[in-house]
Amino acid sequence: MSSNSFFLKSSPHFRDGDSVPKIMYTVVIALAPAVAASVYYFRWRAAALYITCLAACLITEALFLKFRKKPMFSLWDGSAVITGLLLAMVLPPSIALDSAAIGGVVAIALGKQVFGGLGYNIFNPALVGRAFLQTAFPVAMTSWMPTAALKADLATFATPLGNLKFQDAVSQGTLSPLKDLFVGNVGGCMGETSALALLIGAAFLLYKRAIDWRIPAGITGTLIVFTGIFWLGAPDRYASPAFHLLAGGLLIGAFFMATDMVSSPVTPKATWIYAAGIGLVIGLIRLFGGFPEGVMYAILFMNTFVPLLNRFTRPRILGERRAP
Amino acid sequence: MRAKTFPRGIHPPEFKSLSEHLAFETLPAPDKVYIPLHQHFGAPAKSLVNKGDEVLVGQKIGEAPALFSADVHSSVSGKVLAVEPYIHPAGRPVLSVAIQNNGEDRRVDPGDIPADPTALSAEEIRKKVKEAGVVGMGGAAFPTAVKLSPPKDKPIDTVIINGCECEPVLTADHRLMLEFPEDIINGALLVRKATGAARIIIGVENNKKDALDLLRKKAAGTGIEVETVKTKYPQGAEKNLISAILKREVPKGGLPFDVGVVVQNVATAKAVWDAVARNLPLYERPLTVSGPMVTTPKNLIVRIGTPFQAVLDSCGGINGEADTLIMGGPMMGLSQWTADVPVIKGTSGILLWKMDRSPREYACIRCSRCVDHCPMGLVPTQIMKLVKYDHLEKAETWGAQDCVECGSCQYGCPAKIPLVHWIRLGKNKIISIKKKKSA
Repeated sequence: MSSNSFFLKSSPHFRDGDSVPKIMYTVVIALAPAVAASVYYFRWRAAALYITCLAACLITEALFLKFRKKPMFSLWDGSAVITGLLLAMVLPPSIALDSAAIGGVVAIALGKQVFGGLGYNIFNPALVGRAFLQTAFPVAMTSWMPTAALKADLATFATPLGNLKFQDAVSQGTLSPLKDLFVGNVGGCMGETSALALLIGAAFLLYKRAIDWRIPAGITGTLIVFTGIFWLGAPDRYASPAFHLLAGGLLIGAFFMATDMVSSPVTPKATWIYAAGIGLVIGLIRLFGGFPEGVMYAILFMNTFVPLLNRFTRPRILGERRAP
Repeated sequence: MRAKTFPRGIHPPEFKSLSEHLAFETLPAPDKVYIPLHQHFGAPAKSLVNKGDEVLVGQKIGEAPALFSADVHSSVSGKVLAVEPYIHPAGRPVLSVAIQNNGEDRRVDPGDIPADPTALSAEEIRKKVKEAGVVGMGGAAFPTAVKLSPPKDKPIDTVIINGCECEPVLTADHRLMLEFPEDIINGALLVRKATGAARIIIGVENNKKDALDLLRKKAAGTGIEVETVKTKYPQGAEKNLISAILKREVPKGGLPFDVGVVVQNVATAKAVWDAVARNLPLYERPLTVSGPMVTTPKNLIVRIGTPFQAVLDSCGGINGEADTLIMGGPMMGLSQWTADVPVIKGTSGILLWKMDRSPREYACIRCSRCVDHCPMGLVPTQIMKLVKYDHLEKAETWGAQDCVECGSCQYGCPAKIPLVHWIRLGKNKIISIKKKKSA
C-alpha cells in the first residue's frame, strides 16, 4: 500500500501567475508618469491632494471592510489606491483639501462599498466621488490654476476646453496650441493635463494587457469621427479632432477610467457599444452641452448600461445557429 | 504554410522537455493488477471470471452488456484473487478484477492473424475493434467501435487523427508518432475503411516538428494528409480541432458525426491496428510519467490495472514533498488521493506535483479574460454567477452544457475563482433537474 496521500482538487491544476492585485498595481505603475507630471506642474498642491485622496480612500475602505467583516487583505488589493489616485487626478489643483477628502470618502463608500465592494460596483468609484464634488462644490470644481510654468492672470484663467466653450476660442484664434496640450502645460485637472505622460502609461497598460484595447479604440475612434465631421464642415467654428483628443480628460478617461474592469462590459460586442457610446456622449456634451467637458458624465452614463449590454450581447457559442 | 487553429484558447507552460526525448520503456507487469470493469464511457462490463479462476494475458474477463460499453481483458496471466469493488481513478469504487500475476506471461491464443488486414471488410474491422475492447485513449475512453459505426443518415467524409497532445507535460502521443508511425498510419487507414470516409487528416501541433516530418515521410503515397496546427490549448479538443482543420462547426449539443467527421487519437489509431492486424486486445497502454516531483520522468508502456505506485516506483518513487497526484494532463486530469489506484484505458499520464493549492480568491472583477480564452465562445463568469445563485435555466441559455471543461477560463482568472468547478456543478444540477422532469 502507498504511504502517501495527496490533495484532491478539481481540474484545471495549472493557473497563470496573474492576480487581481497584480493587475491593480500594473495600473498604479501606469499612472506614475502622469502623477509625476502633475507634481511637476502643480508642485506641492498636487502632492498634498494625492496624499489626501489616498488617505481618505484607504481609511474609508478599511472601515467598511472592518464593519462588513470582510478580510482585511482586500485593503491592499490595489483597487482603493487606484481610486484615490484617479480621484486626485481629476480634481482641479486648487480645490480645498477637505473637499478632496470628502470626495475620497464618497468614492469608496457610495461608489464601491455600498454595492458590495470590489467587483460589484456599477459605476467607476473615482468618478462617483468627482460627480459628488461637482454637485457639492460647483465653484471650486470649476476654478482653475495655471501650471507653475505658466504666467497667467488667475482671475480669468481657464482650461482649453473652457476657452473653447465660453470664449469662442476657435474664431478668436486663442485655442491652446497642440504642443502645450501634448506636454501638459495648460490648465485643467491635475492628472489629465499631460497627454504625453498619460500615453506613456497607456502604452504600458496595453503592453501588459491590463486593459481592453477596444475601449480606448472605440472612444477615440468615435470622438475623432464625430468631431471630425463638424470640423471639416466648419473649421472656423469647431476645434479639430486632434484638439479634442488631447484636451481635457479624454485620454485619462479613455485609457484609465472607462477601462475599469469592474464597471465595463465583459463581452466583446458590448465593449464596442460601450466605448462608442462614451465617445459619442463626450462629443455631444463638448460640442452642444452646457459644460465644456463631458468625459465624466459620458463614462458614468455608459456604466449604467453595462449589465444590460452584457445581457443582450451573449457571444455565439461554437456550433450555435442563431435565428436570423 | 501557416499553422491552422481555432479562435481564443491559451498558452500554458509546456513542461514537455522533461520527457519528450525519452523513448518508450516497457514496465514489467506487477505482482498484482486491479482491472476495473468500468473504465470507459457507457455501461460497466459484466464479469466473466470468478475468484480462483486462472486467466491468461489478453483473455476477456469482462463483457460489454450494451453498445455503449467495452470489453475488458486481463493484462497478466495468473489467478483471480477477487472480483469486488476497488478504488478507481474516477473517484468512486468500481467492481474490479484483482489478479495475482504468476509471472509466466502466458498469452491467450490470438487466433488467426489476418494476412492482409487492409482487405478486411468494414464490418470485420468493427467486430475486431469491439472484441479487443478498444476505447478512445486521449482520456475520454469513448468506445471506439461506436465511433466506427456512424449512423446511416450521417455519412462520414473525413477521419481526423488527433496528434495534437495539447495538454502540457504529456508526451506519450508524441513518442508514439516518432516510434510507431506506421502503426498509426495503418490504423488510420482501417478507421477510414470502417467509416467509409474519403480523407484522412493527421493533425499535429507545430511544437512537434520531428513527428510532423516523420509522419509526412511515412504517409507519402497513402493519400493521408498531415496538417500542421498551432501549438495552443485546447487544440486537441475534438470540436476545436475540427473547426481548425476543416472550418466546420459541430452543432451545439451534437457530435462530430453531424459534420461528417470521426476523430481518433493517435494512440487509439495504433490500438485499432494492434487489434485488427495483430489480434491484440487493449491490455496495455502508453503513458507519460512526469512532473517536477518525479525523479526520472519516463514514457512507459504499462499494463492496465498496474497500481500508480508501481509505475511511480519505476520512475524513482514518490518525492515526499509532492502533494498532488494527477491522472492525465494538468489541465483536464483527475487528481488522486492515493497512488494505489490502477492504470486504466484512459490513463494518458501520471503526474506528481507540488502546487499552490488554494490561492487567495477575490471577487470577480469582470476582467473578461475567461471570455477572451473560452474556446467554445462562452462567458464563464456569467455562467459561474448564474450557477452560484441557482439560476439554472439561465445558466443553460448561457451555454453551461456546451462547456467542455478544458479549464482555459480558470487558468487565466486573476481572481482565482474555480470557474470550471462552478460550471460542472451547474451542469450536474441541470441534468438532475431534467431527469426529475422526465421521470
